[in-house]
Amino acid sequence: MLRRAVIKNHTLEAQLFKRRALVAVLFSVLILLVLLSRLVYLQFFEFSHFSSLSENNRVRLSPLVPNRGLIYDRNGVVLAENRPSYQLELIPEQIKDMQKTLHDLGDVVTLDDDILKRFNRLLKRSRKFEGVPLRTKLSEEEVAKLAVNRHRFPGVEVKARLGRYYPLSKSMAHVVGYVGRVDEDELKRVDETNYKGTTHIGKTGLERYYENQLHGLVGYKNIEVNVQGRELRMLDKIPPVPGNNLWLTLDARIQKVAEDALQGFNGSVVVMKPHTGEILGMVSLPSFDPNLFVHGISHKNYKRLRDSPDRPLFNRSIMGQYPPGSTVKPFVGLGGLETRSIGHKEHINCIGHYLLPNEERKYRDWKKTGHGLVDLDKSIEQSCDVYYYELSYRMGINRIYSFLHQFGFGEKTGVDLLGERSGLLPSREWKKRTKNKIWFPGETLITGIGQGYMLTTPLQLASATSILSMRGQIYQPHLLSQIEIPGSDEKNKIDWPIRETFKIKREVNWDHAINGMVSVVHGLRGTARRSGIGLNFKMAGKTGTAQVFGIAQDAEYDEETIAKKLRDHALFIAFAPYNDPKIAVAVIAENGSHGSSVAAPIARKVIDEWIRNNKGSLPK
Amino acid sequence: MNNIQDKHHYPSLSLRVMRVLHLDHVLLFGIGALLMVGLIVLYSAGDESTALIHRQLTRIGLALVVMLIVAQIPSSSMRFWSPWMYIVGVILLVLVLVMGDVGKGAQRWLDLGFIRFQPSEMMKLVTPMMIAWYFAEKPLPPSWSTLFVAAVLILVPTFLIARQPDLGTALLIFAAGFFVLFLGGLSWRLMIGLSVLAAAMLPVMWHFMHDYQRGRVMTLLDPQRDPLGAGYHIIQSQIAIGSGGVYGRGWLNGSQSHLNFLPEQSTDFIFAVFAEEFGLLGGLFLLVLYGFIIIRGLMIAVQGQDTYARLLGGSLSLTFFVYLFVNVGMVTGILPVVGVPLPLISYGGTSMVTLMAGFGMLMSINSHRKLWSK
Repeated sequence: MLRRAVIKNHTLEAQLFKRRALVAVLFSVLILLVLLSRLVYLQFFEFSHFSSLSENNRVRLSPLVPNRGLIYDRNGVVLAENRPSYQLELIPEQIKDMQKTLHDLGDVVTLDDDILKRFNRLLKRSRKFEGVPLRTKLSEEEVAKLAVNRHRFPGVEVKARLGRYYPLSKSMAHVVGYVGRVDEDELKRVDETNYKGTTHIGKTGLERYYENQLHGLVGYKNIEVNVQGRELRMLDKIPPVPGNNLWLTLDARIQKVAEDALQGFNGSVVVMKPHTGEILGMVSLPSFDPNLFVHGISHKNYKRLRDSPDRPLFNRSIMGQYPPGSTVKPFVGLGGLETRSIGHKEHINCIGHYLLPNEERKYRDWKKTGHGLVDLDKSIEQSCDVYYYELSYRMGINRIYSFLHQFGFGEKTGVDLLGERSGLLPSREWKKRTKNKIWFPGETLITGIGQGYMLTTPLQLASATSILSMRGQIYQPHLLSQIEIPGSDEKNKIDWPIRETFKIKREVNWDHAINGMVSVVHGLRGTARRSGIGLNFKMAGKTGTAQVFGIAQDAEYDEETIAKKLRDHALFIAFAPYNDPKIAVAVIAENGSHGSSVAAPIARKVIDEWIRNNKGSLPK
Repeated sequence: MNNIQDKHHYPSLSLRVMRVLHLDHVLLFGIGALLMVGLIVLYSAGDESTALIHRQLTRIGLALVVMLIVAQIPSSSMRFWSPWMYIVGVILLVLVLVMGDVGKGAQRWLDLGFIRFQPSEMMKLVTPMMIAWYFAEKPLPPSWSTLFVAAVLILVPTFLIARQPDLGTALLIFAAGFFVLFLGGLSWRLMIGLSVLAAAMLPVMWHFMHDYQRGRVMTLLDPQRDPLGAGYHIIQSQIAIGSGGVYGRGWLNGSQSHLNFLPEQSTDFIFAVFAEEFGLLGGLFLLVLYGFIIIRGLMIAVQGQDTYARLLGGSLSLTFFVYLFVNVGMVTGILPVVGVPLPLISYGGTSMVTLMAGFGMLMSINSHRKLWSK
C-alpha cells in the first residue's frame, strides 16, 4: 500500500472506547440527577407556590363587545341603531331528552331541517354547560309563546343580543350602507384584537367608510372558571368603549321628498349646500332594504337583488355615469367667454343644424326649425345646440377640457364613501391613450353639448353646479357633519376644508352664465319655466336630455316605437337663490325623456320641501 | 453450566423472532414503554382527541417499519455509504437555503415533487455516520489534523442548519458529531481548552444571534420580564410542573393543560402535561426509563463489531440523551426555549422517524455482530 501505514491497535481502541463510554454513562446519570433535582425543587419544595399560581390561573379573559355607534341625520332622526334581537339557546346539560325537547319546541317556534342540522353540528362541538344557539331572529310572538311555555322547557333560554337596524329601510340604503357578518378578509383589514367577539362589520356605505369610528374599543372581563372551564364568577372587567355616533349632513325629510319625486324612475337625486359642501340628500333608485343583510340575507333574496336588471344594490349617485347632456352648456358657455372665443352679446344664427367646414354630416339642433339669432343668455335659456357647436368649434377640445376640468368633471369628488367613480372628461390625450385614435373635430362639437364620450356622476354634477353657483369656490362634498362621543354631550364638528378657489379673468362672466341659468327657470321661453312658477326668489337651472344611443342621420325620433329602456335620460341641475346660493340639486331620471318636464319638477319639489322646512323663509 | 448452555441454544420463541428480525428485545422493551407513556399523555394533552391519537399511531407504525428496515442493514454497508450520504445531505441543505419552502418562519422543507422532507432531519444520522467513518480509517486517539478535518465535517451542516434558522436541530447535529470525537478519544485537555474558549466567545455569539434567540436567553434569566410574551411559555410550564406536586393531579386532571394555559402542550411542552398529571413520581419513572434506554444503547455500542459501529452507536445513544436533556431542561426552565421535542413522546412525525431509524442502526450494530466470527 502506498498510503501511509495506518497503525490501528484495535484492542487499544476498544478499551479507549469503553473508558469513554463509562465516562459518558456517569455524565448522563449526573445530568439525569440535575433534571431530577430540578423536578424535586419545582414539585416538592415549591409545590405550594406553584399550586396557588395554578389556582389563580383559573381566570379566563373574555372580550366584551362594544356597542356600535348610531347614525343620525342632521336633525337627529335615527338612520342606524342597535335593537335587541332574540335568540333561542339550549343548554345541553340541563336537558334530559334532547330529541323530545327539539320536537316539542317545534310546536312553539318554527324549526326547519336546516336549522336542526346546523344545531346538531354546533351541539357536537360545544361544551355541555354553554348555550348552543338554535334559532335567531325570534319574532315578538315567538318570544311571548316561549315565555308562556317556559315551565315545559328547562334548559331553554331566550337571549337578547343587539342587532343593527335601519328604521328608514330603503330610503338611506345606499348612503348609510349596512353591516354584515365579519369575514376573514375583513379581519385582516382591521386590528384583530379589537374585533374579538365582534360579529358584524360595515360592508358598504358610511357603515363601511366610518367603520373605525363606529366600532369602538373592545373591553375584557376576567372570569373565574373551574377545572372544566365553567364560569364561576366575574372578578373584574375593563368595560368596552362604545363606538362614536355619527351625525350626518343628510336631511331625512329632503331625502324622502326627493325619493318620492323620483319614484317610478331609476336614477338619482343629489342635494347639496353649495356654500359648505354638505350633502342634504343622496337618493339612488331603485333601492333595497338594508335590514335584509344584517342577519345574513337568504340566497334567494340576494340573487334577486343581484340579478335584477335595475341593479338596486348599485349606488347611482356616486357610481352611475351618465352623459351630462345640455346641463354642461352653462359651463361650456362660461368657458367660451373666458377664452374670448365669443362675446357675451355676440349672436350666432341657429338654422336647426350645423355643418363643419368640408364635412357633409349635419349636426342637428333639438329644434328642427332652429332658434334664429342666439346669444349666450338665449343659448342657455332655450338650450340651443347650434350655438354650442359653433362655440366648441371655436374653443377646441383642449380648451374645453382644461376649463371643464376646473369644475371637477372627470375626477372623483372625494366624498366620504367608497366606490365613487370619476366620470369621464375626454381629451385628445385620453383618446390617444385609451383608444389609440386621433381626435375628430366632430367629437369636439358633441362634447360641447355633453354627449359623446363625456360622462358624469350625479354627485359630480351637483358638485360642479355648486362650484358654479359659488363662483369658483370649491367645497369638499361630504356626508359626515359631527362625531358624537356617546355618554358625553360633546359633538366634534368635522372641519371639512375649502378645497381651493379658482379665479376667472373677468368676474362679470360668472353673472353672464348664471343669468342664463336664471332665464331657464324664469325666462319667457326658458326650458324649465314651469318649474319656476310661484317661487318668491329666483332660482337658476339647466335642463338636459342625454341620448342613450345615437340617432342615425335624418331619422325620425319616434318615442312610441322605442322601448322604454332606450329613451333619453332626463337631467336637471339647479341652485337657489341665484345670487346667494343655499341649495344645489342634480337630478337624473333614467329614460325620463325630457329634462324640462320630468327632471326639473323633481328638483322643484326638493327645493319646496327645503323652504317648508325653513318655515317659508329664505334659509340662512 | 449445561443449563445455561441449553438456555443459550434454545431461547424462547419471541427471542428467536427478535433475533431473526435483528431486533434487541431489551431496547425494544424500553422504546415500547416510552411510546405507551407517550400515547397516554398525548390523549390528555390533546383534550382527549382520538383523532390525534390515530395520527400519532400511524406515525409510530411508520417509524417502527423504518426501524425494522434499518435494522436489517449491516453496519458494514452503512459504513460504505456514509460519505456519499453525507455529500448528498450537504447538497440538499444548500438547496433548502436556496429554494426551500418556508414553514413557520424558517426554511426547513425541501419539496422534491413527490415528497417533502427536511434534509436537516437526515443529517442528524448522517453527520455522526460520517465522522465515525472518518475516524474508523484513522488511528485513535485522533491526531490534530484528523481532528481539524472532523471539526470541519461537523461544522458545515451545523452552520447550514443554523442559517435556516433551526437552532434546535443545529445543536443536536453538533452534539452528535461531538460525541463521536469524544468517544474517539478527544483529549481532555483540548476539551477543557475549547470549553474555556467557548465561554470567552459567548459575547461574540450574542452578537450574531437573532433577536428572538436573544429574547429567549433573556427570558430564561428573567421570565417575568415579559410575562405574556416570550416568558409566558416558561412561566406557564413551570406552574404546570410545580402544581403537579409529588403525586400529580391524576391523568386527565391537569388544570393547566386542560384550560389551555400551556403552549404547545402536545408537542414541545408535553413534559409539563405529564409532570402536572403524574407528579414527581411520574417524572422519576420517566427519567429512569430514558436512562435505561441510553445505558442499553451504550452497552450495545461498547460491544460493537468495529470502531465505526462503536462510535456510531455511542453517538446515537448520547444524542438521544441530548434530546431529553434539552427538552426537559427547557420545559423546567433551566435551559432557553429551543425547539427540541421530548423524544418518542411529543406529537409529531419527523423526529419520531429519525429517532427510530437511529434505534434501527443500534439494533443492526447489536445483531449483525453475532453473525460475524471474530
